[in-house]
Amino acid sequence: MAFLDFKDVRIAGVSAGVPNRIASNLHPTADDKISSDYSPEEYVKTTGVKERRSSDALTTADLGYYAAERLIADLGWEKNEIEALIFVSQSHDYILPATACILQDRLGLNKECYAFDGSIGCSGWVYGLSTAASLLGEGKMKKVLLICGDAKKRFRIPGSLLRDPLFGCAATATAIEYAKGEAGIQCHFGTDGSGFDAIIIPDGGSRSPINPHSLDFEDVEGKQMCRMETRMKGVDVFSFGITTAPKSVRKCAEHFGFDYLDADYFIFHQANMKMNNMIAKKLKLPEEKVPSCMYCFGNTSSASIPLTIVSELRGKCENGKQFICCGFGVGLSWGTIRFTSNNMIVSDLVEVDDSQADKKHVV
Amino acid sequence: MKSLDEFVELFAEQFEETDASEITAATVFHDLEEWSSLIGLSVVAMVDEEFEVALKGDDLKNSVTVEDLYNTVIAKV
Repeated sequence: MAFLDFKDVRIAGVSAGVPNRIASNLHPTADDKISSDYSPEEYVKTTGVKERRSSDALTTADLGYYAAERLIADLGWEKNEIEALIFVSQSHDYILPATACILQDRLGLNKECYAFDGSIGCSGWVYGLSTAASLLGEGKMKKVLLICGDAKKRFRIPGSLLRDPLFGCAATATAIEYAKGEAGIQCHFGTDGSGFDAIIIPDGGSRSPINPHSLDFEDVEGKQMCRMETRMKGVDVFSFGITTAPKSVRKCAEHFGFDYLDADYFIFHQANMKMNNMIAKKLKLPEEKVPSCMYCFGNTSSASIPLTIVSELRGKCENGKQFICCGFGVGLSWGTIRFTSNNMIVSDLVEVDDSQADKKHVV
Repeated sequence: MKSLDEFVELFAEQFEETDASEITAATVFHDLEEWSSLIGLSVVAMVDEEFEVALKGDDLKNSVTVEDLYNTVIAKV
């Protein structure tokens, strides 16, 4: 059973970076893929996404870099104290090298730094957090930084490969540190790779490398898509989300012997409003305990849980609040964590301009 | 276990504009004007709540009538 209990660790702080450009779903442009089946108002009502942040210049690493700089400053951490940097995303700057290596240099972290990328999507923050926590301890590391999120620069073909109005760009930084006596983080994880094609980009990896036909359009459930675009089996993903997320929360509570209803905040991956409402309903959670940021930011993949903390809970969650956070999605992959805040720094939202994209680590 | 009649009633509740009287066990639901992928999600949520069965996209696609879908659900209980 994939349960983990990390004692003597604490989430020291959380920050989030987003592009400063807002893309409105009420006023879509020719660049947005809004189905002709719905009016913009109906789309917003059914998905729960009024607007999201978008950029054609900024990568996940750019947003994560500015989020990390803000968090390090707000924490008052010395950069040379940071012993590990974990970057979790499915939009890396390059196929190789690892983006975590680039960020080590860009952030000016010590070369005595453990750094690597994890490739996982909507469950990324909970996975990354557990990996970071596992590095901490007596005789181990003391301060670790997790950067995670997704901001995908798109292939552009004039008139096609439009922006999906459900998804927004964001990256977050989370600081985790060794702290003797803390109750720490309790976790449950799960995986079902039989659903590997529920959300998939078919071409561009080693199984099916990019080739002259990768940008040809084909019919996918009535939609014209190329093999470099993310395709999703919507019903399968919905069904997976509404069954798996509540189960994972219940399993975590049963295993560690707590009543999940005692938690102050339940933060779920921000998938879409219909799915998230159903999950909250199944767990019988009161609305005020389930903050959501998808109205203004859309689905932001592995950034969605920490972004919700930054955008919805800043100023009210920093001390003595018990959190249950559950990420679920592409993989299929899921995880639930529980922790209680103790002097947690939550930075102001960092808005990044296109002009701030990395210019040094470019070939 | 819920009967076919109960299933038809629950199925019809997922529609907002279509009158429940228009929906029977023999209804070819993909042909209903209001049928959409979003109604499909509501049906999946209803089946999850009432039957504890996780339907897949193919289950909806391969069912022609409401009764077909009921039989698919029952086979998975």
